[in-house]
Amino acid sequence: MTGAEIFVKALADLGVDVVFGYPGGAVLNIYDALFKNTKVRHLLCRHEQGAVHMADGYARASGKTGVCLVTSGPGATNTVTGIATAYMDSIPVVVFTGQVPTLMIGNDAFQEADIVGITRPCTKHNYLVKETKDLARIMKEAFYIASTGRPGPVLVDMPKDVLAGSAEYALPKEVNLRGYRPTYEGHPRQVESAVRLVKEMERPVIYAGGGVILSGASPQLAELAHILGIPVTTTLMGMGAFPGTDPLYMGMLGMHGTYCANMAISHSDVIIAFGARFDDRVTGKVDEFAPHAKIVHVDIDPTSIQKNVPVDIPIVGDLKDVLKKMIRLVKGAKEAAQYREKIGPWRGQIETWATTHPLSYKRGKGKIKPQYVVEQIYALTKGQAIITTEVGQNQMFAAQYYKFDRPRTFLSSGGLGTMGYGFPAAIGAQVAMPDRLVIDVAGDGSIQMNIQELATAVQYRLPVKVVILNNGALGMVRQWQELFFQGKYSQTCLPQIPDFVRLAEAYGAAGFRATRTEEVTEVLSKGFSAKGPAVIDIPTDPDEMVYPMVPAGAPLTKMLLV
Amino acid sequence: MRHTISVMVENEFGVLSRVAGLFSGRGFNIESLSVAETLDPSVSRMTIVTSGNDQIIEQILKQLNKLISVIKVVDLTGVETVDRELVLVRVNAESETKAEVLRLVDIFRAKIVDVAPRCYTIEMTGDGGKVNALLQLLRPIGIKEIVRTGRVAIARGM
Ligand SMILES: Cc1ncc(C[n+]2csc(CCOP(=O)(O)OP(=O)(O)O)c2C)c(N)n1
Repeated sequence: MTGAEIFVKALADLGVDVVFGYPGGAVLNIYDALFKNTKVRHLLCRHEQGAVHMADGYARASGKTGVCLVTSGPGATNTVTGIATAYMDSIPVVVFTGQVPTLMIGNDAFQEADIVGITRPCTKHNYLVKETKDLARIMKEAFYIASTGRPGPVLVDMPKDVLAGSAEYALPKEVNLRGYRPTYEGHPRQVESAVRLVKEMERPVIYAGGGVILSGASPQLAELAHILGIPVTTTLMGMGAFPGTDPLYMGMLGMHGTYCANMAISHSDVIIAFGARFDDRVTGKVDEFAPHAKIVHVDIDPTSIQKNVPVDIPIVGDLKDVLKKMIRLVKGAKEAAQYREKIGPWRGQIETWATTHPLSYKRGKGKIKPQYVVEQIYALTKGQAIITTEVGQNQMFAAQYYKFDRPRTFLSSGGLGTMGYGFPAAIGAQVAMPDRLVIDVAGDGSIQMNIQELATAVQYRLPVKVVILNNGALGMVRQWQELFFQGKYSQTCLPQIPDFVRLAEAYGAAGFRATRTEEVTEVLSKGFSAKGPAVIDIPTDPDEMVYPMVPAGAPLTKMLLV
Repeated sequence: MRHTISVMVENEFGVLSRVAGLFSGRGFNIESLSVAETLDPSVSRMTIVTSGNDQIIEQILKQLNKLISVIKVVDLTGVETVDRELVLVRVNAESETKAEVLRLVDIFRAKIVDVAPRCYTIEMTGDGGKVNALLQLLRPIGIKEIVRTGRVAIARGM
């Protein structure tokens, strides 16, 4: 078989049903082999960055590994932002790039880029395939590495002669990598110490991150929290890891977290962190983060532990395993009831914070409030939609005002903060979940970063919906200028915004617009029931800001409130 | 504090840049690094000398372990080791200093490996302390060039 045929057969044998890609000279052989195949579907994107975000959205929505295929040189370099996005959020994606023939590598050949070198710091691992006979094995390893342990993107660079050359097809059954043995089982004694510590304390908080979703540990997290009655906050990446409507849920913490979550974490005496990494957007001023708390940190990646904050009880392992062990230690015990009683006053305090300072904004007759739009999206979809976001105020409003009850329903670029992520990610999610309503909550700035993918959505009849919170500005940056740069809006006003309704129509999608608050619900509802992809443009109040806000570098208790 | 870390890696291309990139990308510092094949030709050993507080060293060890191409990481600090470094030094050897150079070479059990009309090249192996001591004594005589391999180390006994 040729390398290209091996590639296509291995994809099918590895269970890949869809590839997001874009052709070019270095991968012509593969496209030729794909032409004949019936097992692997290929979606032609309109930009390689879009292709990676689609693979990423597909992975986040389904839990499966997303796959992307592009050509050498510019095709490969266009994937870098997508790869870095997936890397920061630990998303399993395998990106295949074409490369110039082996003998030309290093000669600055036409469309040559050292993509293995370029992506080394933003992939979990990457490969240059040197011989056709290695291709199948490397593909097997790539999928294994991407999807196990702490997941992440893997890149496989394939020179043209490797794809044209031939070898026998040999896909190994097992992967054996002596340098890669993730720890799945949490150390039982560490788990016991953690439980003992929590029980001694009176003001516990569970702080859950994206790791809970990646591990599929949401049911266990809910069970543990309920047995002990411990209030839960999540990171942006952890949205949906714990039900947003659960009485124990305090909302998101950090820079735009709820007053309640930030006060709770700051006053707690023990924090149990599950699959979260104490990122600076979460901790605020790190020296003053949770000054009274002992910290239990559970994570599959040892490098996450003790990186930003000192930890009292580190536990390396798969969250599901560790949570199950914890549950076994506390379940059914009379002590659990006693514990719930003991922390009653703490729960009362949290309740007070939540009721005195709920998320709020000034409702009014004037301009449409972006928060109101998100509330209406929530009401109309009854919380059942998959929501993706762009980056900026739109992202924060979506996280604050939509309640996510299930994992894999909130897809957002948390770590890298990539504008232009949400729309292609929505397309990828729609491919994975054809029957779900998928909505990208967008800003007028971000949506223009990957708007070309409208063509992809239309071509494949993927009925994603885009709601543009159109404030005529790069809102979040403008917000910082308003608050910290005396209102000098340097380069953050977007006076030249396309007519998104007509733009959608030009691409063959449907376009809608609401211009008054009273119309919002109806227009959203019309847009959501459109058969194909639809863009819903909603001019919103440009002066609206995201609150609460912890200024960068300030402690979490120093929140700016509405 | 200074640490010597022994890292067993897959002997394949690109590994050095993965390790070096990890240090540069995360702002860790490399004082010296040496790499060569081991008894098993599919494995190379890197000996890295680095410094940092406990938290940084912990991160370095964990981050190294996280690389797929890294098979094993051992922090040799605090372990009984034999460590050696090889240095080549070119020093002035004028008629009035020649005798002193030869005396030092003798004391340090070093070797003269190259002789030119006005200078000698000295080769010496030893632990870091010994190398530094020799260099310190040669400095007043006039060192023209120094080439050091960086430290290699092996655990004692076993
Ligand atoms: C690719 C990229 N470039 C720049 C930024 C910096 N940035 C963060 S938020 C933001 C404004 C986003 O504007 P818009 O999409 O209109 O959203 P809004 O904040 O108005 O909701 C910018 C420029 C970024 N996150 N990503």
